[in-house]
Amino acid sequence: MDHAGSSQALAPSRWSLGELTSRSWFWPILALALIFMVDAVVSPGFFSIRIVQGRLFGSLIDVLYRGTPTALVALGMAVVIGTKGIDLSVGAVVAIVGAVMTNLIHRDMSPPLILALTLGAGALCGLWNGFLVAILDIQPIIATLILMVAGRGIALLIDEGLIVTFRSDFFSAISTGEFLTVPSRIIVCAGTLLFLWLFLRRTALGVFIESVGANSAAADLAGINAKLVKIGAYTLSGLCSGIAGMLICADIRGSDSNNAGLFIELDAILAVVIGGGSLAGGRFYLGLTLVGVLIIQGLTTSILVSGLPAQFNMIVKGVVVLIVLLLQSRRLRQSIVGVFRRKTS
Amino acid sequence: MTETAAPRVQLQGISKSFPGVRALENVDFRLNAGEVHALLGENGAGKSTLIKIMTGAVSRDAGKMLLDGEPVEFASPAEARALGVSTVYQEVNLIPTLSVTKNLTLERQPRRYGLISWRQANERARERLKRLNLDIDVERPLASYSVAIQQLVAIARSLEEDTRVLVLDEPTASLDAREAELLFDIMRDLKARGIAIVFITHFIDQVYQVSDRISVLRNGRLVGTAPTAELPRLKLISLMLGRELEHTEARRTIGAAAARGEPILAAEGVGRRRYMGNFDLQLRAGEVVGLAGLLGSGRTETCKLVFGAVHADAGRVRFEGKPISIRSPRQAVRLDIGFCPEDRKAEGIIPELTIRENIVLALQVKRGWLRRLPHDEQERIATEMIKTLGIATPDADKPVGQLSGGNQQKVILARWLASKSRILILDEPTRGIDVGAHAEIVALIRQLCADGLALLVASSELDEIVTVSDRVEVLRDRHKVGEIAGADVTRENIIHMIAGG
Repeated sequence: MDHAGSSQALAPSRWSLGELTSRSWFWPILALALIFMVDAVVSPGFFSIRIVQGRLFGSLIDVLYRGTPTALVALGMAVVIGTKGIDLSVGAVVAIVGAVMTNLIHRDMSPPLILALTLGAGALCGLWNGFLVAILDIQPIIATLILMVAGRGIALLIDEGLIVTFRSDFFSAISTGEFLTVPSRIIVCAGTLLFLWLFLRRTALGVFIESVGANSAAADLAGINAKLVKIGAYTLSGLCSGIAGMLICADIRGSDSNNAGLFIELDAILAVVIGGGSLAGGRFYLGLTLVGVLIIQGLTTSILVSGLPAQFNMIVKGVVVLIVLLLQSRRLRQSIVGVFRRKTS
Repeated sequence: MTETAAPRVQLQGISKSFPGVRALENVDFRLNAGEVHALLGENGAGKSTLIKIMTGAVSRDAGKMLLDGEPVEFASPAEARALGVSTVYQEVNLIPTLSVTKNLTLERQPRRYGLISWRQANERARERLKRLNLDIDVERPLASYSVAIQQLVAIARSLEEDTRVLVLDEPTASLDAREAELLFDIMRDLKARGIAIVFITHFIDQVYQVSDRISVLRNGRLVGTAPTAELPRLKLISLMLGRELEHTEARRTIGAAAARGEPILAAEGVGRRRYMGNFDLQLRAGEVVGLAGLLGSGRTETCKLVFGAVHADAGRVRFEGKPISIRSPRQAVRLDIGFCPEDRKAEGIIPELTIRENIVLALQVKRGWLRRLPHDEQERIATEMIKTLGIATPDADKPVGQLSGGNQQKVILARWLASKSRILILDEPTRGIDVGAHAEIVALIRQLCADGLALLVASSELDEIVTVSDRVEVLRDRHKVGEIAGADVTRENIIHMIAGG
């Protein structure tokens, strides 16, 4: 510690402001708190939660409920971005999965089997992306662009160009129903988060993903199978998009291949970045990605309840996202300055 | 040779540091008009930093630069160019898909009525090439020509009417002998016109073919300048390969009993076409095998072939007597082989991960991704390694990218020790490491050997090789040219073998 010298004097106690602002979770959480505070001001009773007809009800629940599909997609996106990749095809996967599910429902299969096949279709799409990126060595943005473009076409082929509707109590229960007063899709999302956390953080896979993303040559020389890790990451992303696609499709009770999940990749990427993930790869944060989703969704809600015309939605969203990102880059600057200071002293 | 009163370029007391690295230390360099001056040194010796300072791409921390006796201060390569100092970098920085003309007139197209006049541009391009006696179709895309022609186009691009200094950074790296000869003719021609040429290369033969004087850099210091005619090959190699034994302690007692016995790994005729000539190699427990040779002789190539980072296309490998082919680093790691690469930043550390995560990485790979090392266990191993290897850090959860070079090297060593490697391949283990850490790492290598590891150590520092090795494989031009063992491992013997005695 002798090199700490001058910085020792400034050196923060555990909870000093300097220490806090250098934490990866500080700025996203702060931004979320601010947005919720604004929401609470413009819409009194924002935080109140009631039970109506055996179901939790309130603005906060509404934010969670509406944010769920984006949250699922963003979780997968976070993993892919951790490998220094990106997945533009998530929206198209949502459409494909919806078309597959609708088609299967009309074949009168048993719902659990349909569920498995539907999610399998999502994972298969991810596997395809992983194959292009890891085996054929195509740049991720191009590789996933292929499915992004072709995917809606595939979905339309399955739908035979129509918007096909259905009735399914099983899927309605998963998507729009509730379980012990909690909207079931929120439970689905929480379950996915738990699964990903166990799968990535309680095994070594998460660290392998980050190693490949941060320095793929070094990861290779340390014995990590970078190709397999990448394929795994894209497959997870496909699976997550599949779950989101299932929820969206069950929500509208039909497959709308042209519009289901349209532009969802943009919100998902934004959420990951707001949550502190870097497109340069090397670190991913599941929890903070969800905070990112809540920021985006909370923002949308506050614009709606504030009575601003809807066309302002996008602009305000853009501005706020920019501010959040700038706040974070100041954190980056500070840490760079910090490194420099330590090295020179 | 035209001898002017003041040298064309004079650098005095040049120093430059980058975070964590002392790139140049008090370097004096003199470049005369009308000479080809060869600048030699290993990777990381400071050659590129020196020429970047000379051509304004990097600012110096200390020292003076005189151009024809006038002090100059370049803020950018453009300023240097305006005063007649140009560089052609190693990677040809032209745009292959554009035509030769477009490449040659990229930032100054002749205009007519505000539009580019391609007729005039072609004319100018031809003129430029004529200075190099080159007559080619300037409207064809650059990529349609050979690398040699591209190299000449790059030179033509850098060459102005009033060019006084031309720096050529490894211009012959991808040329064959005939093409290189073509380039040398042009260099001689330019020299005759009074241009001072700095020629960076690692081909010793070419140095003697074309240069008038030679300067050698090592570890950021100028270790010597001499007219080519007065510097015999043997002396030059000795200059390049490191200082005389000064402070390193006497070599360990040779013929360690442990070193006898069957090799853990034995390679027979392993090699790869156009990469590394076939070689034999045996690694035994408790023995250090050194890899000695000049830059480009195949040290790194040998390491990578043994580790499976590059596929061998010839030869056989026996591991504990059993035939095996090591096809990937993954497989090598499973066989308890570890590899500390030469370029730590690019291939060794994973900068975003913490010291702890970096240290346990290879061990984790061996356990497989499902059997994650518990956090406490990771902590214990990391703490133990930090203590054993003396890694200077307040805690194990700091990103490894923030450590100094020497400590990063120790982290990578720790990674392989934590994973209980039995064979350790160290490529340039002390490159870019300060003197204190240098001695520590050399001592550590001996310690590991005493602990029964088999080590393969590649180094450009001859003294380091002599200090640590029980046996030395000598490489030249990507071929193993011989092996020296036991008491014969001396500077002189190695230099003789490298020089082709």
